[in-house]
Amino acid sequence: MNAPATFKSTGTGTSERLPERLVVIGNGMAGCRAVEEILERDPTRYAITIFGAEPRVNYNRIMLSPVLAGEKSFDEIVINDAAWYADNAITLVSGDPVVSIDRVTQTVIAKSGRVEPYDKLLIATGSDPFIIPVPGKDLPGVVTFRDLDDVDKMLAAAEGGGSAVVIGGGLLGLEAAHGLSLRGMAVTVIHLMPTLMERQLDEAAGWLLKEELERRGQVILTGADTAEIVGTDGHVSGIRLKGGREIAAAIVVMAVGIRPATALAKAAGLDVERGIMVDDHMVTSDPDVLAVGECVQHRGACYGLVAPLWDMCRALADHATGAPSGYEGSVTSTKLKVSGIDVFSAGDFSGGDGAEDIVMRDAARGVYKRVIVKDDKLVGAVLYGDTADGNWYFDLLKNNEDISDIREALIFGQAFASGGALLDPNAAVAALSDNAEVCGCNGVSKGKVVGCILGGAHSLDAVRSACKASASCGSCTPLVESLLSLTLGGEVESGPKTLCKCTSFGHDDVRRLILEKQLKAIPQVMQALHWTTPDGCHSCRPALNYYLLCAWPGVYVDEQHSRFVNERMHANIQKDGTYSVVPRMWGGLTNPRELRAIADVVEKYDAPMVKVTGGQRLDIFGIKKEDLPSVWRDLNAAGMVSGHAYGKSLRTVKTCVGSEWCRFGTQDSTGLGVQIERMTWGSWMPHKFKIAVSGCPRNCAEATIKDFGVVCVDSGYELHVGGNGGIKVRATDLLCKVETEAEAMEHCAAFIQLYREDAWYLERTAPWLERKGLEWIKASLFDDPATVARLAAKFRYSQQFMQDDPWAKRAAGEDAELHQHLAEVRPLELTS
Amino acid sequence: MIGDWLDIGPVDQIAPGNARTLPVRGGPDNEAGEIAVFHTLDNQFYALVNKCPHKQGPLSQGIVHGTVVTCPLHNWNISLKTGEALGDDKGCVPTIPLRVDAGRIYLLREAVVRKAA
Ligand code: SRM
Ligand SMILES: Cc1cc2nc3c(=O)[nH]c(=O)nc-3n(C[C@H](O)[C@H](O)[C@H](O)COP(=O)(O)OP(=O)(O)OC[C@H]3O[C@@H](n4cnc5c(N)ncnc54)[C@H](O)[C@@H]3O)c2cc1C
Ligand code: SF4
Ligand code: FES
Repeated sequence: MNAPATFKSTGTGTSERLPERLVVIGNGMAGCRAVEEILERDPTRYAITIFGAEPRVNYNRIMLSPVLAGEKSFDEIVINDAAWYADNAITLVSGDPVVSIDRVTQTVIAKSGRVEPYDKLLIATGSDPFIIPVPGKDLPGVVTFRDLDDVDKMLAAAEGGGSAVVIGGGLLGLEAAHGLSLRGMAVTVIHLMPTLMERQLDEAAGWLLKEELERRGQVILTGADTAEIVGTDGHVSGIRLKGGREIAAAIVVMAVGIRPATALAKAAGLDVERGIMVDDHMVTSDPDVLAVGECVQHRGACYGLVAPLWDMCRALADHATGAPSGYEGSVTSTKLKVSGIDVFSAGDFSGGDGAEDIVMRDAARGVYKRVIVKDDKLVGAVLYGDTADGNWYFDLLKNNEDISDIREALIFGQAFASGGALLDPNAAVAALSDNAEVCGCNGVSKGKVVGCILGGAHSLDAVRSACKASASCGSCTPLVESLLSLTLGGEVESGPKTLCKCTSFGHDDVRRLILEKQLKAIPQVMQALHWTTPDGCHSCRPALNYYLLCAWPGVYVDEQHSRFVNERMHANIQKDGTYSVVPRMWGGLTNPRELRAIADVVEKYDAPMVKVTGGQRLDIFGIKKEDLPSVWRDLNAAGMVSGHAYGKSLRTVKTCVGSEWCRFGTQDSTGLGVQIERMTWGSWMPHKFKIAVSGCPRNCAEATIKDFGVVCVDSGYELHVGGNGGIKVRATDLLCKVETEAEAMEHCAAFIQLYREDAWYLERTAPWLERKGLEWIKASLFDDPATVARLAAKFRYSQQFMQDDPWAKRAAGEDAELHQHLAEVRPLELTS
Repeated sequence: MIGDWLDIGPVDQIAPGNARTLPVRGGPDNEAGEIAVFHTLDNQFYALVNKCPHKQGPLSQGIVHGTVVTCPLHNWNISLKTGEALGDDKGCVPTIPLRVDAGRIYLLREAVVRKAA
């Protein structure tokens, strides 16, 4: 190798010390900052050469987003111009990347062939954007978002207008999308995960962000996976998602993540894991080679933000100038640079043991704040819509400060918490003037609320119905509660049960507000109704899922992970973790083909038991979750569908033999039962729902202990409601008598719909009827002669979205991951 | 070379709010066990032995909220972070150290062998 021989500047014996040669690879944010820090400490110690792959001076990379958005020019984001290099006698070799490092001869070799000897080498190569390995990834028009050249490519594409696709809904992707849409392009963001910026934001904040971006005209597709980038005439023309959907695009920006740029270091034999391994002084496994910035791995962590780089550079310069201090790692915080959208997150927001969430939501202002406190310390914060206190929280977090004194007021921010005045919320409320507005939604003053309380409204609920305060969004609930206790002392009555501990609203209020405020997603309900937890609990999630499903048939998309296991797996879980499978047998009827299919399944999957249920059908026990889809496929093949034996839904319609065979039968109870089951199967309800049709008053189908029972008589059909044969037996009440099968069906549908719309989640018809009274039910159905038809029509409308067999979809491969193991660990791999 | 950490695949194979299972066959006593790997709505990942401390319910099938899973059999709430039963219930299930690196999930090999087997 014809590299010049190295010489060491130390130990020459002369009193004059020659400067050591420092070579920096990477003219980016960390490399230049490190040089600045060294110059500040000892301007003459090193003769410095910086190699930069980019053909330009050092600039502020994070400002590329404002450049793309047209809010800044390149000149405005330059950090060090050419004069700086000259003034400090730095040789800048730009546009000429280093291609190898020779640690033996202590030289670096650039692409141009230039060879540069070093005494100390600093690697600051940053990161490489990650490219997802899909077909078409190399087409012209597919760009990343890392340097000015990328921005120029995007700007060129934006000139032509049209549409753009951004793959990746993280910080970078959203900033790219924002810039492109300000430049006039129609932008679609494709994000693999269900919520945006999932690494920085929780579900609630991610959802608010998505809503706002959609309001601004971007199309945000979450849970979307890119299958292929398609091209026309050798240039990108769009993308295709898994599942087949195609989206046209003149440009595709890939912003799915970054990888530390470690290739050079690895080839030079330095220790590299995810990043180049450095110690607390940013020294690599070779004492003469330092590394800094996004390319390093320090104490197991790699960073993708600038704040840690500044600390690293300080430690590096201290070491390089002979006064080692040491870097101990960084806590980072995140902000999104999209004008008008304030998002902040810091620390650990995974909650967990001993950690307590404090959540504040202000739906009117679009604000969501969540701080996480553990052992009297702040451990994390997520802010949306109002980030003014972000830095204050971040300081509390970094400094590990004890917050026990300001805990009550913490969520209201610095002004509030340090003011101290409002530490006693009651005192603050007492100080409010009588005409201060308490409830913004309904314009209710403090004086009016106090008046209502004095007038006899002694509970939150009573105040809500007396003057509407806190009856809409609920954000003033704490104020109203303070007023109650101030006015009444200890006399406050607790209101009706709230839906769960996450909210101050009861079931009825939640249901009413979902309709009034047109709330159509779980995170939206939680935001609008000021849920006090970030993502609810195992009680409210399934309840909200049902309420939304009932309120918005055909619109609301069922949230599988908010359902109890049985409804997620479409089978009943057993004590040993296996499942039982109950196929539907319409009205209790079956035939040889169905029986054969069941017999075959029992044998083929080695089911330990098959049993006739109390609901007139067969139950196959002991099926493993992995086998469920194939069991269903076999049953489907014989024409059988799910029996929903697992659901808060219509279970069975029990029938007796009826007039067709029975010597006492008055009507075709079997036929009517089958018709009713065909009409009602698949519907989701507040709780399970059972129906029976008996052919005469001997009532062999036990219709008078069912949620809806029909007893046939000579002159028609007696309709019975609110029966229960379970924990507490309740015989039905007679609702009415009708003359035709059609009327019986119509009333059945109407009654079910009334129950669906009014009952609380997990309330069966028997307790519901007792709570509301039979008179209320009759009045609701019959006072207005048009009601039965109207409710029945609503029921049928929503049924059109419910009556496709959930088993068939699974058998065809939908949600396969719910049934398959991740992988299997076998003995071979364990021997190590 | 087999490292200390066992790569069990990419993070996106578990949707948020869900869990999936990893059977472990043939541990020291040649017993079979199962590990449940959870993905919370806040995008954290945890792994537990898939047996509720109450009556061995499969925790992987429970509802996940915060960093808690509610057992599908009798609604015990189990902390994903410590494996401890919360509230008035007493009991604990072993946790498996897990880390996520560059979009992949890793479990501590020795914990997989020792605990699940
Ligand atoms: C299979 C079956 C027993 C049998 O072998 O016959 C059965 C099995 C279960 N019943 Fe039942 N019930 C079965 C008919 C009944 C009946 C009789 C009937 O429907 O005519 C009743 C009384 C009638 C009633 O519901 O009013 C009945 C009242 C209950 C109750 C109490 C409900 C109540 O409101 O008090 C529960 C508990 C619950 O739902 O919360 C229950 C819960 C259960 C669960 C789901 C327990 C559970 O959560 O795991 C059992 C599921 C076992 C499984 O994996 O399949 N089961 N259960 C019957 C299935 C009927 C079907 O084909 O769908
Ligand atoms: C669009 C955008 C927006 C961002 N916004 C934010 C933000 O808001 N907040 C935040 O904290 N962070 C943000 N970041 C991240 C931040 O820019 C980086 O953390 C930071 O730039 C890392 O500094 P670095 O010196 O390690 O890498 P870089 O700044 O990338 O510098 C590395 C340099 O090394 C050069 N190089 C690589 N290999 C060689 C070679 N072989 N020879 C010569 N030169 C080479 C590269 O060309 C590059 O110029 C953003 C990043 C981007 C791209
Ligand atoms: S009666 Fe009890 S034990 Fe029998 S199936 Fe019903 S819930 Fe299970
Ligand atoms: S087995 Fe988990 S709660 Fe009973």
